[in-house]
Amino acid sequence: MFKIIKKEVLSSVIKSFEIEAKDIAKNIKPGQFIVLRLNEKGERFPLTVAGTNLEKGTIKIIFQEAGKSTTQLGTLKEGDYIRDIVGPLGQPTEIKNFGTVVALAGGVGTAELLPVISALLKAGNKVITIVGARNKSLLLMQEELKEHSSELLVATDDGSYGIKGFVTTVLADVIKKEKVSIVYAIGPVPMMKAVSNMTKDYNLKTLVSLNPIMVDGTGMCGACRVSVNKEIKFACVDGPEFDGHLVDWEELTNRLRAFKENEKLALEKYKDILNMECKCHKE
Amino acid sequence: MSQRIKMVEREPNIRNKDFEEVNLGYTDEQALLEAKRCLHCKNPMCMTGCPVEVNIAEFIHYLANNDQAGAIKIIKDKSNLPAVCGRVCPQEKQCESKCILGIKQEPIAIGNLERYAADWASKNIKEEKYNIKPNGKKVAVVGSGPAGLTCAGDLAKLGYDVTIFESLHDSGGVLRYGIPEFRLPVAVLDKEVESLKNLGIKFIFNYLIGRTKTVEDLLEEGFEAIFVGTGAGLPTFPGVEGENLNNIYSANEFLVRINLMNAFQFPEYDTPVHKGKNVVVIGGGNTAMDSVRTAKRIGAETVKLVYRRTQNEMPARLEERKHALEEGIEFIELTAPTKFIADDKGFVKAVECVKMKLTEPDVSGRRKPIEIEGSNFIIETDLVVLALGLNPNPILPSLTKGLETDKKGHLIVDDKFMTTRKGIFAGGDIAGGSTVIQAMGMGKQAAKNIHKYLNN
Repeated sequence: MFKIIKKEVLSSVIKSFEIEAKDIAKNIKPGQFIVLRLNEKGERFPLTVAGTNLEKGTIKIIFQEAGKSTTQLGTLKEGDYIRDIVGPLGQPTEIKNFGTVVALAGGVGTAELLPVISALLKAGNKVITIVGARNKSLLLMQEELKEHSSELLVATDDGSYGIKGFVTTVLADVIKKEKVSIVYAIGPVPMMKAVSNMTKDYNLKTLVSLNPIMVDGTGMCGACRVSVNKEIKFACVDGPEFDGHLVDWEELTNRLRAFKENEKLALEKYKDILNMECKCHKE
Repeated sequence: MSQRIKMVEREPNIRNKDFEEVNLGYTDEQALLEAKRCLHCKNPMCMTGCPVEVNIAEFIHYLANNDQAGAIKIIKDKSNLPAVCGRVCPQEKQCESKCILGIKQEPIAIGNLERYAADWASKNIKEEKYNIKPNGKKVAVVGSGPAGLTCAGDLAKLGYDVTIFESLHDSGGVLRYGIPEFRLPVAVLDKEVESLKNLGIKFIFNYLIGRTKTVEDLLEEGFEAIFVGTGAGLPTFPGVEGENLNNIYSANEFLVRINLMNAFQFPEYDTPVHKGKNVVVIGGGNTAMDSVRTAKRIGAETVKLVYRRTQNEMPARLEERKHALEEGIEFIELTAPTKFIADDKGFVKAVECVKMKLTEPDVSGRRKPIEIEGSNFIIETDLVVLALGLNPNPILPSLTKGLETDKKGHLIVDDKFMTTRKGIFAGGDIAGGSTVIQAMGMGKQAAKNIHKYLNN
């Protein structure tokens, strides 16, 4: 059992938890993830870790409520417990002095980017961070990002903050101006795919952090297989980071849809239960 | 001489719709009759066929005298998982194949009797606290599958302070996530694990050695020896076009979803699984049999097993093959997949296959399957399960200094089951084993050698 010791609501759908997990906190490295199971009937699902506090022995997760499990996770309060957490899982990000790194994140990927850029900056890189969101209200952790980047650039789809456009719009600009050594991207698949497609034209090495469907997360079931350079790789043990130019994006996009109907059903059913509980509480 | 007593099996058309056990076990009378068939050989050969060295002749002798308590005591002296072994061991290839009765008639039903004794004990004997004198030495066991549980049990009986580290959220390894309930009920496994806890073994779940903590950390914490039983890992894929389409699962994924995560009860349980109408399973081992029979039970109308050789070459136990056929599974022999075909949404809708023929036996006596050109045909399907074998789990070996692996990724062990690093032992799939009983045998031998190693 893993205790939630702090909860923050970052937006209507994005929440942050600090969770007691001493051994994970001690051993996790940037880029690695954990697998959670909320209760006896829960599914196992992966989340990237956004930070650790070694003194307190805690890890921080920042997640967006999307399906049933993340929505249910969002209902937990300080002092509640998560039944199972295993980690750290996956290969850590390679941290060294590359020169100039452009790090991109979209949506909740922003939180997951933080440990990576923080380590890259410490390793002596010039880190240009580009984050994107639909609008200003969805932007996360601006202060922290600024602190751990050499330069922070922001794009919003509607232009309510920073540059109007997508992260790729900003990336195109940066590539023209700077001698970039490597690009790192984490976020929704369409965003990582767009970034990879753009950098391919410049022959600019691009690492992406993939989020396929997982079950055990420990190298056993093969659910998270992705084709990289036409070879099967397992995101849970070989990844989650791969060369974005070699990933079969179409296949990954398709595989992420495998349980769409089930996910919809589970979420609807869960929301019905939540509504019922709310009504009961009011009575 | 009397005939071997058959265990009563449930009707195929009833049992193939639920997860209750197929075999119902012996009644007291049946067990007594069967035990009395034993000739009580002076030099019983049966025992030479048991990887965990159960004193078979002795326990059957007790059963023949209607002393079930005496029988289980003899079994438990050597086997930490008797109710499991009685159900999943391939006795026909092991102990029973050595039985002298087998020359002229059918061998004594050792597996059935073992199961009977274990089930009798679980109903009638209150689990007693073992009186073990602790020797003050700590041993870590990594993985709670059959190898780990056996090794841990034997070490605990010798007085060691044993901690099992398990990466999943529950115990048993393949016994829980792999073998379906109709072959090994979860309640039976839970009971066996409970017995092991009574020996003082500690279980720590959600703990991936190599990542959550390293082998180095464990040694520093005072564990004087480590047994690695991390099992099989990544599934093998056939390498043909379309193998990553949706609704194509590895057998591990299919079985983990259903056995470990209760996906057949979605949405009550959160984990989903596609309940295929027309299912194709590819492979011929026990895992393939478990997959076809599971697919049938969660509601498939047709289930086809595609295998590139014939039934005679299938590695699956005869009993499993028989049960599968009785339950309405169609075997398509001498056939291999060449391509998986997608519908317009990226889900599998058909598999293209090719007929195979077997070559004349080579020097090793093995007949190789080769394609018959132009014999391609299509099977329509909405769920494919690939049961083509597994590679050893790479995590711990790759993250631990000094552990050498062979070409396939198995940990290299010596005749004492010690790895290439002193004080670290291994057994089960990770060290080249491939069945539950093999894993148990290796776990047992490793325990003996750990004991020797720590007392030299």
